[in-house]
Amino acid sequence: MHELDCPRCGRRPLDEFTFGGERRAVPDWLTDPDERDVDEVWVFENPAGVATERWFHAAGCRRWLTVRRDTSADRVVEVR
Amino acid sequence: MTDVSEHVASLQPIVWHEPRPSYDVVIVGGGGHGLATAYYLATRHGITNVAVVEADYIASGNTGRNTTIIRANYAIPEAIRFYKRSLELYEGLEAETGAAVFFRRKGHVWIAHTEMGMRTERARVLMNQAMGVETELLDPAGVKRLVPQIDLTGGGRYTVMGASHHVPAATARHDRVAWAFASGATSRGVHVIQHRPVTELLRDGERVVGVETAAGPIRAGIVLSAVGGRVSQLAGMARVRLPVRTHPLHAFVTNDFAQGLEKIVASTELACYVSQTERGQMLIGAEFDSQPSFSRISSFDALRSYAYKITRLLPFLREMRILRTWAGLCDISADFSPIMGETGVDGLLITTGWGTWGFKAIPAGGEAMAERIATGRTPVLIAPFGLDRFRNDLAMADQASAGTR
Repeated sequence: MHELDCPRCGRRPLDEFTFGGERRAVPDWLTDPDERDVDEVWVFENPAGVATERWFHAAGCRRWLTVRRDTSADRVVEVR
Repeated sequence: MTDVSEHVASLQPIVWHEPRPSYDVVIVGGGGHGLATAYYLATRHGITNVAVVEADYIASGNTGRNTTIIRANYAIPEAIRFYKRSLELYEGLEAETGAAVFFRRKGHVWIAHTEMGMRTERARVLMNQAMGVETELLDPAGVKRLVPQIDLTGGGRYTVMGASHHVPAATARHDRVAWAFASGATSRGVHVIQHRPVTELLRDGERVVGVETAAGPIRAGIVLSAVGGRVSQLAGMARVRLPVRTHPLHAFVTNDFAQGLEKIVASTELACYVSQTERGQMLIGAEFDSQPSFSRISSFDALRSYAYKITRLLPFLREMRILRTWAGLCDISADFSPIMGETGVDGLLITTGWGTWGFKAIPAGGEAMAERIATGRTPVLIAPFGLDRFRNDLAMADQASAGTR
């Protein structure tokens, strides 16, 4: 991945953006409240497939984007 | 210098066995950590009913892709103690196995460009000395004495303010290390099974009792995951949740050059490090991508950015050509320290979180995991690195020792 298609600024080089981490939910099958807290704070889903992530356009419009990206090939699927 | 034929003669054969349907111990992942664990199980504990199951060929993952640096100059006592043990085992590895792994003591010069960076290096030196590891603080003149090729102004941009010099740091030939452990283990009866991707973990109730592969199941008394790259997926098969993200890290080599760069030169602030290989190539490691992925493709933009930074520091590199570039997949844990030991699921142990510090840890990691498997008790050396440290608020934060970011 070399560029990101910012909905406001258009196609811009990747180094204008800051990776803000994956967006994830604690799985339902984890029922213990303490376990859910540990999961929330520490765990990464780290999928080898499509991940939903937040990216910050630091050197552009300075807005947060939601990006769906296929991590197995490092390819953007969708930018919102 | 040993002559070449002697190195060829020192290549010891790996013995290939016909796989059995069940073993006492199944190790998933035929990289350095998996093979070393098998080797120490066989040599230290006499446990040889062991299989190492590898998806591709041995050392095809990060073991054969790293920049081969061995050092113990970490910043927290638990890590220094662990890597010091690993360095000691590496120093004796050629004598112990009879295999030439090209272990060469070089010294590691860790440069700082800011007052903040110098503070980190000062703290590192004090902590290393307190733990009996030979590391000294250098002023810019001291850096120039050890690395005459360096531009102390950093191309007018990255001023060298000083460095820490870790004297016993070394390099070794990475695939030789994997082969040495593989031949030592297989000659004692351990099975190494290549090209057998694990597709599922076999369960009996909650307990893990083996692995499923495309070529059929393999039962096991205990399963150790020594997987690099796909560890979140493997652990997920047993619903083990890991604080690990997988990022590609890029490295490249230049054309051959007369031997002359004696030291391993590193800069965390520039996120790059360079050493000269036995063949004379400059081996340069760079930063890992900010976003996790499983892609091993290096872009032109990335190469240009790494080359720009390293040539400010070592201007002679401008005359060289990049011959080959590749990437490895670094499993980076949330606190930048490895994870070894229990998973919370019976029958499944794990050794992971080896992104950017895995190669240097191979012997100590293997020795400790073998002891855990053989005795059922977690050795003191790795006790602080359990997965449960996150739950217990005992994270081992040591990002400043990664050498990259």
